[in-house]
Amino acid sequence: MESFKLESLRFFQGKRGKRIYQQRYLLLMSIPFAAWCFAFMYLPLFGWIMAFQNFRLMGRVTLRSFWEAEWIGLANFRELFADERFYTALRNTLGMSFLGITIGFVVPIIFALLINEMRVGLFKRFVQTVSYMPHFISWVVAAGMITFMLATTGPLNSVLIAVGLIDRPIAFLSTGEMFWGIITGSEIWKSTGWNAIIFLAAISGIDLQLYEAAEADGAGRFKKMWHVTLPGISNVIIVILIMNIGWLMNVGFERQMLLGNPAIREWAEVLDVYILRFGIGTGRFSYGTAIGIFRSVVSIMLLLAANGIARKTGRGGVI
Amino acid sequence: MTQKSFKRLDSRDKIFHIILFLIMLWVLFITLFPFLNVLAISFNDSADTARGGVGIFPRVFTLENYTQLARFPAMWTGLYISLARTIIGTALGLFCTSMLAYVISRQDFMFRKAITTMFILTMYVSGGLIPHFMVIRMFGLNNTFWVYIIPTLISAWNLIIIRSFIDSLPYSLQESAFIDGANDLTIFFKIILPLCLPVLMTVALFIAVFQWNSWFDTYLFAPFNESITTLQFELMKILEGAATGGQLGDAGNIQMAHNVSPLSLRMAATVVTMLPMLLAYPFVQRFFVSGMTLGAVKE
Repeated sequence: MESFKLESLRFFQGKRGKRIYQQRYLLLMSIPFAAWCFAFMYLPLFGWIMAFQNFRLMGRVTLRSFWEAEWIGLANFRELFADERFYTALRNTLGMSFLGITIGFVVPIIFALLINEMRVGLFKRFVQTVSYMPHFISWVVAAGMITFMLATTGPLNSVLIAVGLIDRPIAFLSTGEMFWGIITGSEIWKSTGWNAIIFLAAISGIDLQLYEAAEADGAGRFKKMWHVTLPGISNVIIVILIMNIGWLMNVGFERQMLLGNPAIREWAEVLDVYILRFGIGTGRFSYGTAIGIFRSVVSIMLLLAANGIARKTGRGGVI
Repeated sequence: MTQKSFKRLDSRDKIFHIILFLIMLWVLFITLFPFLNVLAISFNDSADTARGGVGIFPRVFTLENYTQLARFPAMWTGLYISLARTIIGTALGLFCTSMLAYVISRQDFMFRKAITTMFILTMYVSGGLIPHFMVIRMFGLNNTFWVYIIPTLISAWNLIIIRSFIDSLPYSLQESAFIDGANDLTIFFKIILPLCLPVLMTVALFIAVFQWNSWFDTYLFAPFNESITTLQFELMKILEGAATGGQLGDAGNIQMAHNVSPLSLRMAATVVTMLPMLLAYPFVQRFFVSGMTLGAVKE
């Protein structure tokens, strides 16, 4: 007992105690934020137990309501894997994500290469400045514009009719088969310029001597792009690609929610929207959580796999 | 790098640059047309718009769409709340993020690694929509204004941007202040903050854009509380109402304005919602770019 007291006394007076006292301001400046981070970022992870319960929202949510909910084991997951609507949502998520990380990934790279080839001057600066602009408007505004542009009486249909490509207007947003394309296109419209910034920054870091050497070897403009510029930014490309693969299951839901409509649910509903409409909309929180867990687990596995492959090829991973 | 004047390029290069110029003109057109078109229609006479074919200039100029829009109280509440959350959210977020960034930039701080990892991990793992929803309700934040501010106080991305900027400052500045007897708080406020001004400007803009553009938190946590509804959310209701033809409270009423078609009103509402962005954009866009590259280098 005596020795224990001595020990604890030493603990507060010893090196560590002194350090705590010395760093008291730093602690004061960081512990509240660590607590905040735990409460808003990590506490939700404990909410995953809802997936194994039959959780109902009654009045105020407290920690006890999680404790008292009825445990039902894996029933939610069993139901999930037998649910046709879940598979449709999964297919839509993967489909749109895939288009996003292929086309939506290549276009900014091409754009950066083209910008890089432009002659330095006012026009180049203007193009760049304008190209970031759509990134800064909300998806609500963007979706409003896109809906109007694609409306049956909207500008796109008018132009297509005027040049004689079609006879009658196409209802773009009511045609389910076109939805994936519209989502990908809207992403390209909104983010190409912004996503190209990072590639442009990488390009500007390439040693100019490499270009001179290539020129001396008789390489033309496109050969230089292919053999100098692209390899020069390949590390950045790989890193961004890995990050995107980790986000494969997180295709986002704003666009799908704002541009989609119930009539084309078959093509427009992604996992997040499904969670929202079904989980929160009809009060089936436990079921929605199960979908969320499935999504998170798959995306972490994808991220780790992509990271591993990148390590193997000797490019280094991000994590 | 100096470049040859256009005339002195050989003909193959000339053709290349002409084609490139045409491609970029096309990119400009695709990017700008929706903005200009919406702007033109919002200032165009509603009956004239119905004839179709309004391009990038209004044909029959009028302010009627805007005066009609101003008659809806929800737009004013939305504007007020959106401004409030942008100002308060940016100020608080910037303060907290920069303070924490300073602490985790200190090599000698005992929890430096732990806290840094804790925040960086949030970029990869999240509890998901429903657990988040429950936690917000548990803290009683739903249906309050603070649901816009508190859950998004610090983002890991902004934290890293500020920290890498502080890392690039010479440590000797802090050291000499310590010798003069300053404590950590004084150093943060008197030395670090003033030096960080450029990066703080960038992060402030990131937060402000995020706050101004958010609509989903209103949708999730306060959809029926008309006193804390945001402009983006009101616009969403108007657009949604247009898509389904349904009556959504105020958004439904907005369709019944006098003498002005729903389309024209929608366009005016869209312009109002993106106006702050469009006005500030030309002056601040360089800060965004510098922030993006700063964050990326450290990743």
